[in-house]
Amino acid sequence: MTSETLEQGATRALGGRARKMSTGRTGDRLFGLSAKGSGILLLAVMAAIAVFLIVKALPALRADKANFLTSQEWNPDAAQSRFGIAQLTFGTVLSSLLALILATPVAVGIALFIGFYAPRRLADGLGYVVDLLAAVPSIVYGLWGLQFFVPKMNGVATFLHDDFGWIPLFGGDTVGGQCILTASIVLAIMILPIISSITREVFLQVPRANVEAALALGATRWEVIRMAVLPFGRSGMISASMLGLGRALGETIAVALVLGTASGISLHLLKPGGNTFAANIANTFAMAGKIGQSALIASGLVLFVITLLVNMAARAVIARRKEFV
Amino acid sequence: MAKRIEVSGLNAYYGKTRAIEDISMTIEPRSVTAFIGPSGCGKSTFLRTLNRMHEVIPGARVEGKVLLDETDLYGPGVDPVAVRRVVGMVFQRPNPFPTMSIYENVVAGLKLNGVRRKAQLDEIVEKSLRGANLWNEVKDRLGRPGAGLSGGQQQRLCIARAIAVEPQVLLMDEPCSALDPISTLAVEDLIAGLKDQYTIVIVTHNMQQAARVSDRTAFFNLAGPGKPGRMVEIDDTNKIFTNPGEKATEDYITGRFG
Repeated sequence: MTSETLEQGATRALGGRARKMSTGRTGDRLFGLSAKGSGILLLAVMAAIAVFLIVKALPALRADKANFLTSQEWNPDAAQSRFGIAQLTFGTVLSSLLALILATPVAVGIALFIGFYAPRRLADGLGYVVDLLAAVPSIVYGLWGLQFFVPKMNGVATFLHDDFGWIPLFGGDTVGGQCILTASIVLAIMILPIISSITREVFLQVPRANVEAALALGATRWEVIRMAVLPFGRSGMISASMLGLGRALGETIAVALVLGTASGISLHLLKPGGNTFAANIANTFAMAGKIGQSALIASGLVLFVITLLVNMAARAVIARRKEFV
Repeated sequence: MAKRIEVSGLNAYYGKTRAIEDISMTIEPRSVTAFIGPSGCGKSTFLRTLNRMHEVIPGARVEGKVLLDETDLYGPGVDPVAVRRVVGMVFQRPNPFPTMSIYENVVAGLKLNGVRRKAQLDEIVEKSLRGANLWNEVKDRLGRPGAGLSGGQQQRLCIARAIAVEPQVLLMDEPCSALDPISTLAVEDLIAGLKDQYTIVIVTHNMQQAARVSDRTAFFNLAGPGKPGRMVEIDDTNKIFTNPGEKATEDYITGRFG
């Protein structure tokens, strides 16, 4: 008994409680390990994807007789393999950016309406419907786009071209519904729910105290939003749009269905055809030869890098004003 | 610019629950009026009816009259936004806008009123921060975030923000409850200095504070368990603390409450 240490004595004295605390510590350790494990696993998966893409892409990149980054050709399986990603990069970035520009204001508007303008019951229902939009599979969007939206857009495209053709974006020689603009609108609808629901969540976190501070200064509802809500939600809105952009960049089947044919680099949004990384992979992978598949994987690598850059840029924007909020 | 407030027959509700019952009082201009009473007796609710902040809570509503000089704040066609521009408010917890700098926080209300001239804004920022006893501490870092200040400084920043628009009445809802004694003293000094220009109404749980800063004191209490809050009496602060008219008041201030 005399050799009992202070700690043992304390444990004995505390009895059951001490035992409870020590299971708590085991729980802590388990949780810490599993959290660390998940983090490492995530990094490992990322690294594995990058390695896979690079290894699979190398044979095609070695065989390529054209400039991979600037060429617009895509004949990897020809005797003289020639392919480049210029038009894929262009189509992907253009359609995704356009989708982002179309979707973000609407998404933020929906989030603001649900959070600050709509009566409670309408707000709940509307939030549910918006979330439901996110659950619609992209093939459905693609089919809807092709069967329903493209024919409608034929008329719209003709109208825009005839009456607003002086705007270079709506110019060009040929117009049609299966164009980049239609693809962008379908993409915008697809990324709308992500942006909107994340933005809504961010707006919900605006401290009540700040909203009241603005109200007490005599701010109208819109002024409250401008003073307290939007600045607070700024970084959240940026992350939300970047997630949306990420989805738009990678979206495959809907774009492939809507655009149908490939076409070269053109800023004329109404010109039929167009191509993106993902759509190109989906359309040609099955028929591609060995080098062709490798070339497609190389293009996938570029998409991977672009998405990574977009996310890093978003983080940089958010970090710049970190000291506020 | 300070105005008299005359409240008559005021009831405030949260949904179907009546929170305060039939309150009538007159608050003199250029004076400090303190509201004391136990928690949950409707002091803050009543305070928030004076600038129509009560009704921003869903389901909350008010019956009765609040006259600011001649204007009924609850009269038909009165815009609550306009009311809040002349009746300023300081909250229990300091709530500077976290995304704004010290400077931007002070001018937030002015921007709403359409003041845009830089020189004029600069002048008002200095005047308001001086008025809030904060200028010397922050004059070299006006561009820094307001949320980076200490709690006491943040609260004085909120006061500067409230007085920058030169309201006619300043409502303070337990402005010192989150502050240490030194910051509390700073805010109390400030209140003493501000009452030359403003009609000030302050809710406080600290009876010494009420005794120190106020000219008039109103005691609030629940009419009974589960019943709405009501005002027991209002009188000169001296009288309330030395020779109150009601037994309930005496019990409360001598700590024999309950």
